[in-house]
Amino acid sequence: MRRRWMAAVAVTVAGLLTLTACGDGGGAAQSPQADGKKKVEVFSWWTGPGEADGLKAMKEIFEKQNPGLTFFDAAVAGGSGDKARALLATKLQADTPPDTFQGHAGAELQGYIKAGDLEPVNSLYDELKLKDVFPQQLIDQISVQGQIYSVPVNIHRSNVMWFNPAVLKEAGVTEVPATIETFVAALEKVKKTGKVPLSIGSEWTMVHLLESVLLGSLGTDAYNKLWTAGSDWSGPAMTKALNDFKTILSYAGDPADDWQPAAKQVADGQAAFTIMGDWAYGYFHNPPDGGLGKKSKTDFDWAPSPGTGGTFMWLSDSFTLPKGAPNRDGALAWLKVAASKEGQDAFNPKKGSIPARKDADTSLYTDYLADALKDWGSNKLAGSIQHGVVVNDAWRVAINEAVGLFHTDKDVAALQASLAEAAKNSGQ
Amino acid sequence: MTRVRRWLPGLLLVTPSIIAIAVFVYGMLGWNFRLAMTDRHDEISEGSFVGLENFVTLWDQKRWGISVNHAVVFTVVFVFGALALGWLLAFLMEKGIKGEGTFRAVYLFPMAISFVATGVVWRWLMNSGQDERAVGLNRLFDSLGLDFLQWEWFRNPDWGMAAMAIPAIWQMSGYVMALFLAGFRGVPEDLREAARVDGCTEWQVYRHIVLPLLRPVTLSALIILGHISLKVFDLIVAVSGKQIITDVPAVFMWVAVFDSHDPAKGATIAAYIVLAVSVFVIPYLVWTLRKERRP
Repeated sequence: MRRRWMAAVAVTVAGLLTLTACGDGGGAAQSPQADGKKKVEVFSWWTGPGEADGLKAMKEIFEKQNPGLTFFDAAVAGGSGDKARALLATKLQADTPPDTFQGHAGAELQGYIKAGDLEPVNSLYDELKLKDVFPQQLIDQISVQGQIYSVPVNIHRSNVMWFNPAVLKEAGVTEVPATIETFVAALEKVKKTGKVPLSIGSEWTMVHLLESVLLGSLGTDAYNKLWTAGSDWSGPAMTKALNDFKTILSYAGDPADDWQPAAKQVADGQAAFTIMGDWAYGYFHNPPDGGLGKKSKTDFDWAPSPGTGGTFMWLSDSFTLPKGAPNRDGALAWLKVAASKEGQDAFNPKKGSIPARKDADTSLYTDYLADALKDWGSNKLAGSIQHGVVVNDAWRVAINEAVGLFHTDKDVAALQASLAEAAKNSGQ
Repeated sequence: MTRVRRWLPGLLLVTPSIIAIAVFVYGMLGWNFRLAMTDRHDEISEGSFVGLENFVTLWDQKRWGISVNHAVVFTVVFVFGALALGWLLAFLMEKGIKGEGTFRAVYLFPMAISFVATGVVWRWLMNSGQDERAVGLNRLFDSLGLDFLQWEWFRNPDWGMAAMAIPAIWQMSGYVMALFLAGFRGVPEDLREAARVDGCTEWQVYRHIVLPLLRPVTLSALIILGHISLKVFDLIVAVSGKQIITDVPAVFMWVAVFDSHDPAKGATIAAYIVLAVSVFVIPYLVWTLRKERRP
């Protein structure tokens, strides 16, 4: 009898211990390391080839400059950061933020700012004189009521049209289309050859296409005005832009699984065009095992998406300073590395993006990246929708929803109505 | 003292799970329903009580209608597909074939795989590319000269959700087979023998003796499949991600909570999913309770 008692107690205690262990499983991972160095937990979604290498290069600089700190990579896998952001949301709500986390600069951070999760980093900008080295328009577009909450570590371009020169030649398209009209004409010519005129991927790549078409059809000033109080979503210019979108989409092939298979159709000569951000360059260009190993200018080529020449539609990965970060000084040290010329020049050539700073070492950036760097310094700027620069999360979801519905019913009036509704309800 | 000795160890043994279930299942359910009845549409505000408003306004959203519709199509195809296939497999094995154990393992094996892993494979199998761009099943049909069978699979706006049910059927029909096989084996041979003596054909034995006795098994299978189907999330996300064309309530809930940052809306969708599942589960619980009470 006694033995059964003992067994029951033992099992109960074991059960309770397991329960409590579940409760602070996360805490155990965060405890300081035994060697006395203080840990800085850097949260990102950079785990893929290229991006993870870039992060490692910045980590080495960081640990060299800060011998008392160790870098703790809290990266969560998943290309667009979906899973990482869901985990981050739970961490922030439980008031256990990482020391610093990656986010897209701009309106995407607004949710965190409103919830009071972020500290402004204006003093850091003053201390490092960052306002002199980042383009003024970038500073304007990431400021919220005069406060800056993030340090951009890189810049990506969203409005890039990638194409296969051989397919264009075969179709008799002699000039790279620079306007929406010539683009549609080129699509038509390609269609006659039986190739796919425009390759697309899953739903978000259609929103990506939409932002380029809006920019190209409305013009940069009208596009930038959409995100301000004076926005006009119901007017005839918008109707025309959305009709352009419908026309262009009608030349699209079957949606591929994601942007990579869509880009591969262009690289393999099955499709003529795809409109995708410049992360596609790394995919085209990098050697197999992560890339397609294609030769730029012969196997694939690029131009600003139709109608957007002279404008750089940007998005940026940046790091933040969460309120209540366990190691605030460590986080600031990391932000300094992320903002520095040395840090950005170590990170960006590997990640396949360009630095946000104007004084970067241009010799490190070749081929496409040289083009992008030149345009970044001279072009007008516009912010991306899909990548969180101009709209907050809720607005972006509403736009995605509208485009997803449009893809099945092809009703321009309904699309315009829901976009206008989304703008009204955005609370931005 | 002896009486205490009799029940106390048992109670101590189950107490942790009772507490855990009370807090983490029923407590959370209650908390979710309370949240669904507030207007907490962002993560900062406290939210005040608005009753059933969220439950009503959700139906104004086009996307909600679509996702409910998808869930229904998916459920119908998946439940009946898995039942039919599972029954057929069990029927074929019931007669006692050689190497039955191997076949059982083979058919049951897919259930050991998670929906996510299944989804990753079927995402490739059901790729919508055709002809020269075909991979997966379309490539197979193409190289066999069965071009007309090439299809858009889950990207078809009308029948996409039916295609989405195919991996789920593949995964669960082995389990249904196991249930039915146990059911078939549970039918006493005496009964069949008696029917045969009375002059029944083999078909009539099945029609009038075996099938009626399988009713409880069918009901259990229906409930297990039904509740899996209504809350399906991982399979959909693994196959197609978060796209309107394959939207279901659980995916919509994820989008509402983690992408739009609207806790009240997410909680409302979650509440609807719980209610839909309970439509399946509660009658089953009532039924089993009644059956157990019978001597």
